[in-house]
Amino acid sequence: MADNTFMLEIVTPEKILFKDEVDFMVAPAVDGEIGVMKNHAPLVAALKIGVLRYKDGKGAEKKMAVSGGFMEVIDNTGRILAETAEPGEHVDVLRAKASKERAERRLAQRDETINRLRAELSLKRAIARIRAAGADY
Amino acid sequence: MAGGTREFKRRIRSVTNTQQITKAMKMVSAAKLRRAQEAAEASRPYTETLQGTLARLSGVAFDIKHPLLEKREDVRKIGYVVITADGGLCGGYNANLIKATTMAMEEDTRKLENGIVAVGRKVRDFFRKRGGLDAEFVNLGDKISYADAREIGQYIMNAYENEEIDEVYVVYAKFINVLRQVPTIVKLLPIETPTAEQTEGQRVIDYIYEPSADEILLTLLPRYVGSLIYNAMLESKASEHGARMTAMGNATENAGEIIDNLTLAMNKARQAAITDEILDIVGGAEALNKGGK
Repeated sequence: MADNTFMLEIVTPEKILFKDEVDFMVAPAVDGEIGVMKNHAPLVAALKIGVLRYKDGKGAEKKMAVSGGFMEVIDNTGRILAETAEPGEHVDVLRAKASKERAERRLAQRDETINRLRAELSLKRAIARIRAAGADY
Repeated sequence: MAGGTREFKRRIRSVTNTQQITKAMKMVSAAKLRRAQEAAEASRPYTETLQGTLARLSGVAFDIKHPLLEKREDVRKIGYVVITADGGLCGGYNANLIKATTMAMEEDTRKLENGIVAVGRKVRDFFRKRGGLDAEFVNLGDKISYADAREIGQYIMNAYENEEIDEVYVVYAKFINVLRQVPTIVKLLPIETPTAEQTEGQRVIDYIYEPSADEILLTLLPRYVGSLIYNAMLESKASEHGARMTAMGNATENAGEIIDNLTLAMNKARQAAITDEILDIVGGAEALNKGGK
């Protein structure tokens, strides 16, 4: 069968986290997930905090927690620019769960002094990391 | 007689100790410089992709209104984000950056109010005494984190959107090589998107925008500011270590020279003392001989 892979690059300000051929990827765009395969039309999409999935050349599905950024697809290259990205297998699930609980506690308080937006973001990030690790939340 | 050389020996020992420290600092800086350069290198793909997308988008969404893009008619206050080191012992590195900032202020013919956002202890200390310090971000360490850059960016963007400042520049040290770091001033806000002329010649791509070009531009601009600051901080950090390496290299050489001079002087003094003693003995022997005849 013909080669059905395209290039995927996951770039954060600190480094190129991933750069390899993949079969398929699904990115968490703001209005829902977007799947990309080979020969996709040029696309720019804003991303939300969530889980990015892709199938590498060997057919194994990998997950990665990404927070904020966007995706550009052009000439069979998908580029994800995220402020932070963490491969699912690197996630410390216990820590992620702890930060999820901390964020939930903050949100449960009816306290005006806490920054609700910040707590919500940190909750979303924690959930994305737990999901990327493949654990229940 | 021994007292003369003892003093020399004490001073040689003291200079040798100093030399050992400067030599060690030089080597530490060399290692840190390499790491800082690697970090700067690693951050390039992100910035370049961001810039490319911004250039393409500004071609599509030309008439978009965003406070960060708008040039103000009435400019009252200018903000400078000045990035220096936390510590000294790096030659003229900090002083040059501070001088570049004060010169830029003086040369601005509009004579407006200035505000300083200090990144690094050295520049904070200077403007704390001189006045005009708006905010400070210090003790960020040798490993520059993007989160810190984002925080600084957030502060500036808030101040800009609240019209506390109307134009923002970043002052950092561009790394040329170990011997040369050039203080550089770059405009940060309002963001200047590439003009149609600059984007001309690039092939026009008919992108699908999800959700829309405007929407994407909005999420992109704050990140762009963050990445500009992050890059400036990385570049400054590499320059700082380069400057410190050179300064410590010079200090080590100077210490070597002082040791050579002291050793020479000590040997001369010892030689003179020996000559004196010989003369004494010869003189004494002669006197005895004469007495014997």
